[in-house]
Amino acid sequence: MADFNVNLRGVGSVSVIDVNGYLDAHTAPELENVFNKLLDGKNYRVVVNFNDLKYISSAGLGVFMAYVETMRENKGDIKFSNMKESVYNIFDLLGFPILYEFYKDENEAVQKFNELGLS
Amino acid sequence: MIYPNKKIEKELIVKSSTDNLAQVREFTRKAAEESGFPEETVGKIILAVDEACTNIIKHAYKYSPEGKIVISIKFDSTIFSISIIDEGIHFNPNTVPEPNIVEYYKKKKIGGLGIFLMKKLMDDVKYSTITGNKNQVILVKYLTQ
Repeated sequence: MADFNVNLRGVGSVSVIDVNGYLDAHTAPELENVFNKLLDGKNYRVVVNFNDLKYISSAGLGVFMAYVETMRENKGDIKFSNMKESVYNIFDLLGFPILYEFYKDENEAVQKFNELGLS
Repeated sequence: MIYPNKKIEKELIVKSSTDNLAQVREFTRKAAEESGFPEETVGKIILAVDEACTNIIKHAYKYSPEGKIVISIKFDSTIFSISIIDEGIHFNPNTVPEPNIVEYYKKKKIGGLGIFLMKKLMDDVKYSTITGNKNQVILVKYLTQ
């Protein structure tokens, strides 16, 4: 009954994942499926847009931990954008800002990849 | 408005399926709002209860959906206390080291964040074994004027 949706779209060479609703232990596997799809397609430049995410638990945070290194090993990254303060605070409690880049706006995050050039 | 020393008690019993986490959060939200906590604190309490139940589903019941989880909330004008009881495998939180996010990254370790969050979000977190070889975790948040 948990309400969660995930959508994948391409913006140039960057894959943008829109997350919507409640990301918990029940819904985290749906997000994992999207990351697996990205790895299958060798898409390593990822922006996660949190604009419509209302809630996240450690099960959701764990998904980003599980995939970020593979992305970076392949000259990509997982960057975050459009996060509500209440959601950001949970990432902050666990020290994520040391390891991940957070942007106010999706375009800024996408631009950051484009500055690196196409590899 | 909660009258001083008037204790309010609520109980929810669910099976150990992640499908029930949304219901657990809703139950917790209603009680926390009734107690008069600001929205930010209500959010923290909801997340702590979610993490406790997720841990029970994963570790005590190893994802078997037939286990029982009993959530009891008691509060008055000074204290908000949530007891969560399961009949699964005993869990010793002292064996869970405090996570270091950089170490986690290096080792690709993705578990153990829940208990750390619970301790950060609540004023007190106590684990114990109770009668009938059940496990109990009590989460406490104090109401301050």
